[in-house]
Order: sequence, then structure tokens, then C-alpha cells
Amino acid sequence: MTDTYAPLSLHVPEPGCRPGDTPDFSDFEIPRAGDVKRPPEDVDPDDIRDMAFSIVRVLNKNGEAVGDWAGALTPDELRTGLRNMIKLRTFDARMQTAQRQGKTSFYMQHLGEEAVSCAFAGALKPGDMNFPTYRQAGLLLSTDYPMLTMMNQIYSNAEDPLHGRQLPIMYSSKENGFFTISGNLGTQFLQSVGWAMASAISGDTKVATGWIGDGSTAESDFHAAMVFASTYKAPVVLNIVNNQWAISTFQGIARGGVGTFAARGHGFGIASIRVDGNDYLAVHAVAKWATERARRGLGPTLIEHVTYRAGGHSTSDDPSAYRSGDEAAAWPLGDPIERLKTHLITIGEWSEERHTQAEAEILDEVVSTQKKAEAVGTLGDGKAPSPRDMFEGVYETMPSHLIRQRQEAGY
Amino acid sequence: MAKMTMIEAIRDAHDVAMEADDKVVVFGEDVGFFGGVFRCTAGLQQKYGKSRCFDAPINESGIVGTAIGMAAYGLKPLIEIQFADYVYPAFDQIVSEAARLRHRSNGDFTCPIVIRMPTGGGIFGGQTHSQSPEAIFTHVSGLKVVIPSNPIDAKGLLLASIADPDPVIFLEPKRLYNGPFDGHHEKPLTSWKKHDLGDVPDGDEIVPIGKAKITREGSDVTVLTYGTMVYVAEAAAEESGVDAEVIDLRSLLPIDLDTITESVKKTGRCVIVHEATRTCGYGAELMSLVQESCFYHLEAPMIRVTGWDTPYPHAQEWEYFPGPARVGEALKKVMED
Repeated sequence: MTDTYAPLSLHVPEPGCRPGDTPDFSDFEIPRAGDVKRPPEDVDPDDIRDMAFSIVRVLNKNGEAVGDWAGALTPDELRTGLRNMIKLRTFDARMQTAQRQGKTSFYMQHLGEEAVSCAFAGALKPGDMNFPTYRQAGLLLSTDYPMLTMMNQIYSNAEDPLHGRQLPIMYSSKENGFFTISGNLGTQFLQSVGWAMASAISGDTKVATGWIGDGSTAESDFHAAMVFASTYKAPVVLNIVNNQWAISTFQGIARGGVGTFAARGHGFGIASIRVDGNDYLAVHAVAKWATERARRGLGPTLIEHVTYRAGGHSTSDDPSAYRSGDEAAAWPLGDPIERLKTHLITIGEWSEERHTQAEAEILDEVVSTQKKAEAVGTLGDGKAPSPRDMFEGVYETMPSHLIRQRQEAGY
Repeated sequence: MAKMTMIEAIRDAHDVAMEADDKVVVFGEDVGFFGGVFRCTAGLQQKYGKSRCFDAPINESGIVGTAIGMAAYGLKPLIEIQFADYVYPAFDQIVSEAARLRHRSNGDFTCPIVIRMPTGGGIFGGQTHSQSPEAIFTHVSGLKVVIPSNPIDAKGLLLASIADPDPVIFLEPKRLYNGPFDGHHEKPLTSWKKHDLGDVPDGDEIVPIGKAKITREGSDVTVLTYGTMVYVAEAAAEESGVDAEVIDLRSLLPIDLDTITESVKKTGRCVIVHEATRTCGYGAELMSLVQESCFYHLEAPMIRVTGWDTPYPHAQEWEYFPGPARVGEALKKVMED
């Protein structure tokens, strides 16, 4: 007897909608705010497996904070968070325009993802180290890192702390716990585990955070990071920012059609949680929970921040070529700034007038800072760092072959 | 001073560095409890504890990537890739990260790591236990690349590498682990313990990175080589009757151009010898450097004696390995021109 089989065919996942289609997120399951319980920090990862398939949410439709993840932040802290998110969005808009005006070569916005890095920043302590991607500048802007220095880096001008060597937005600040950004995806996710291992080896109490996008979870270093974090119970919080898109590629290409990104932590025995990435209160609460776990030596946590990349991938990208122009507006988790604003108004700690005033103040601050940065110089205006500088810092001490090349180049 | 094999010398360098600085941490596949498949880390976990010397999952990118994170924290990771042939999964971390951290962060973060890996053939290792990938690393700005050829240098160069503030690729010719090898594979091995170069100094004496060593003085031709090929070149000089000056480069990046130039200007001839494949191998860089710096002193075209541009074979080990006969022919040929 001969078995007969139908010809096999390759499965290639497709997003729900393409340009011209009406966005449909009806399959996207969103639990009600407050539904997911807050477990103790020393919970056994096996006992919270359902949390990788649900979403921790605090803010409900009416802007009220509900459930046991609520109540961690004071109104003052919430107002600061709101201001930080507005600042990041304003900064993004100005830098996006500066790129269009030719003042820099490149920029990447955080539009719609402001809560993820801004809310997370507040959960960390001085001395902790973030290993961010290129889309977590809220970790810098929400701390005391000067916006002017960020702009100087973007303009590659004479005050650029990286001396013009790096592409715009690839910031670095050891002092502010912001590891040097690399263009190579996934590499830093793994390095964060090593940093955390070093903290443990040294008997320290500092923790590390790793950051990766949905698309980059397909990189081999994602797997390596999970193995090492799991094996050595490293004090690290591993963050996946699922903004649904990796340039033009929808998240299903990195993940397939089943499970969640958070669920990938289960195979490694890592406590894994999904959180509403557009809910400032939820992100902050989960970040506090996970960093506390790490700091108490209870092991790593994997957090999937569920959000939406409302802007283009970068200034070199046109999303209308691969997704519906209406998709961002249809995104069911809304806008993080609007949601926090509504919450503050609901609890009587904010108003439309104060919001308008805050937006104006922040715009003034960003514009005046931008003027200062542009007075120092922008890309191509002749005020760049010295070409001599590109030979510096390859090694601690310049070897003779580089000295010869520097002389050959005329510097 | 104690008689040591290269393995013992490498282990001793670990011991000295770990004793002196608790920031030195050692890990890799099988390096912990077991002490390494070549015994280079034997006893270290027992002496320094599991947080200083430990076994790693089989993931080369993971080993290098976590080491980079540890270095960013302030430790000095001294890590092992079990065979140089298996370093490729870690390539992104080495090239894009370790080599670039200092430059791209303007010194905000640095990467003082040492990546040890057994290299080279002559052991019937076949395709994936014999490779010599040094040229892949010497092409990367920001790395240092070192390869010792004897126990004294192995210890001294490893201590220098650990002390170095930049990432160092430390290649260990596994054919030389137990004793010198001149390519005469039919002869029995002589242990380093019966050799002058097995007299390894106690303590923390370093051999500086970037300094070559003339291992055989000669007047006819300069041989530029490193690793196992140092002994092959010395044997070829004796057997061919050509009075070759053999230079053990020891450090490939940065390179000791002064020692090379001085010798070639003296002899007027140059033969370059390495096990690695020829095309775009390190020999090509050596040839270019000598041509640039010694052109008017050259009496003959330079010759490269290298592995063939094939994957490293198993059964054809001695037809592939550039032994003393092939090197000797090149020495004679370069004297005829």
C-alpha cells in the first residue's frame, strides 16, 4: 500500500491588514483593567504561567486606576511621568523635523511607545544599568540626562559626547545607567544578562535591564540571553517591546501565529508577564515588581510590553507602503499620553488647561534647547568633531599603525 | 621557575591573575568542575569557587556576550571558546560589540576581556578541530590578536592580555600544548618539560603584546611566522641549509613592524609561513607590509607557504599541513631568485 500525501506548502504569516484595508483588532484579546492579580515577588514562575497570556492593566476605559497593581505612584509622580512622556514626544517631533531639514542624517521616534521607557525608568535605582535598543530614550529623558547633550549627539556637533563617531540616537551614558547603543540587534539583550551576572558575582545589589523589540526576538542572542539568565538566575529584567512591527514586518513573522512573546520565557523557567505598554501605571508597577524580584535575588523576569509603533520605523521609512494608515488610530490600547492625562483629570489632579500649559512649557524648553544645540553645530555645517578623533579610542593607547594612518590622513 | 607544559603555563597564568585580582572571572564550556577539555583551567573552580570559575551553556555568542556585559560592569572576564573552529557563533558579539565598545561610547564603556581558543592543525582534527582563523580577527579594528608558541610566552602573553585594557583574542596552538612540533609527525613528541622554553618563570612576569622574537638568527632570508610554524620553520632552515632568520611574531595585532623591517632589510629576502589558508590570510598583510617598508631592500619576490585554500582535511593531514619539506623548498627557491 502506498501512502498518499497532498503536496506540502510553506506557511508565511500575513498581517491582518495591508494599505487600503480597514484595521481589525477584533481578534486581539484585551483583559479588563484590574483583572490580573499581583503575585508576590517571590512567586514560583510556574505558578504565574497564565500571566504570559494575559495583560496586566491598571487604567480602565474611564481613566480610573483599578486592581492590585494600582496605587504605586503619587499624583506628583504621575504628573512627572506625564510631563516626561510629553517631553519625549515633543523632542521626537522636533528631531524628526530637524532630520527633514537636513540638520542631521537620521532619527527614530517613539510615537505611541512613550510609556514603556518613561514609566520603566522610575522603577530603577541609581547604579542599575539599562541595555536599551534605539527606542528607549525615555530612560534618559526621564532621568537627569541633559536633553541638550542628546541633541548634540543627534547633530554630531562639537559637543557631541561621542565625538561624531556614532549614528544619531545611539546614545551612551554610563553615569545615567544607559549602555552604549549598538546598531546590531539583540546583542545588548544578552550583554544585560552578563552585567547582571557580574553584579551577582560581585555580591552587589544592582540590577540590569535588557531591551529588545518584537522582531529582534528572532535573533540568536535572544535565545542566548534567555539560557544564560535562566541558568545563572541573573538579576535582570528582560523587556520585549512588542510594538507589532519590525520595519515592514508584522510581529507574526518573528513569532508565528501562536502563543505570545512573553510565553517564550516559560520554556526557560523564567517568570514571564505581559503588560499594557500604553498604560503608564501598569508598566511602572510591573517594572517595580520585576526589579524587586531581581534585587532580592529571586531571579530574572521577562516582560512583554504590548504597544503599537504609531510612527514610521525611522526617518528612512514610509509605513503607508506596508500597513493601513488608520491602524495606529484603531489600536485598541490607545495612546499612553492621553490615557495618563485622562486618569489625572479623573482623579482631580490635572485639567485640560494645565495640560495645554504643560505642553507649551515643554515645547518652549525643547525649542530653546534645540537652538542651543544648533548654535554649537549641526551635521555638515563644518563644526563637527575633529577627524583626528576618529583614530582615538579604538584602543586605550593608539598603536603605531593607527598613528601612521592618522598622520597619513593629515591630522 | 618550574618546568611546565604549555597547558600548565596557561593554567598558571589563570591562577596568578585570579589570585591577584578578584575581578578576573573564568568561564566557558567544561572549564569549571572538569577543568577544561585540555586541562587549561584544572583546579581553578576548586581553588577560587564557582562564582570565579564556572561552566557555561554551549552557546559561544552567550559566552562572549555575557562576558562583554561583565566587562561593562567592571569585571575582567577570561573566557574560553573550546575550539577556534567554534568561535563563529560569537562573531557578532566579538566584531560588533567587544571590538567597538570603547570607540562607539568614547571610552564610557570598555571591554577588557580575553577570549582564549585552541587553534591550528597537525592533530588529525579534520575540518572543525584544526582551523586557524586569525586573519578573521586581525581584520577587525579594536581587537588585539596574540598567539604564543611556547610555555614561557604562553604564560607571559596571557598575563599581558589579562592586564590589557582592550579585548584580546588569545590563540593557543593546541599542537604545541604538550611539546614543540616541527612537522615531523613520524617522530615521537618531546615534552616541554625537557625543553628550555618549558622553564616558566614564577609570578606575574608578562611578555609584552606587540613584540616579536627572533628565535633563530640568520643572514640569508627572513621567515615571518607564528604558532606551530615557528618550529617547522626552524627545522626547515636546518634541513635545507639556508641560513634563515626565523621571527616568531607572537602578536599579530598590533604587529612588531620594526623587528620585521630590520630583519628583512638585513637579509633582503622574506618567506611567510602559516597554517591558515592562503587567500586573504594574515600572510597577505605581512607581504604588503614588507613590500611597503622594505621594497628597495628586497632581492627576490616574497613567498608564502600556507595551508591550501581548502577546508582542513582529515586523511590528507600531512599533504595539507605546510611541513618542513614545503617550507624548505620555499627557502631554497627564494635564494635562487
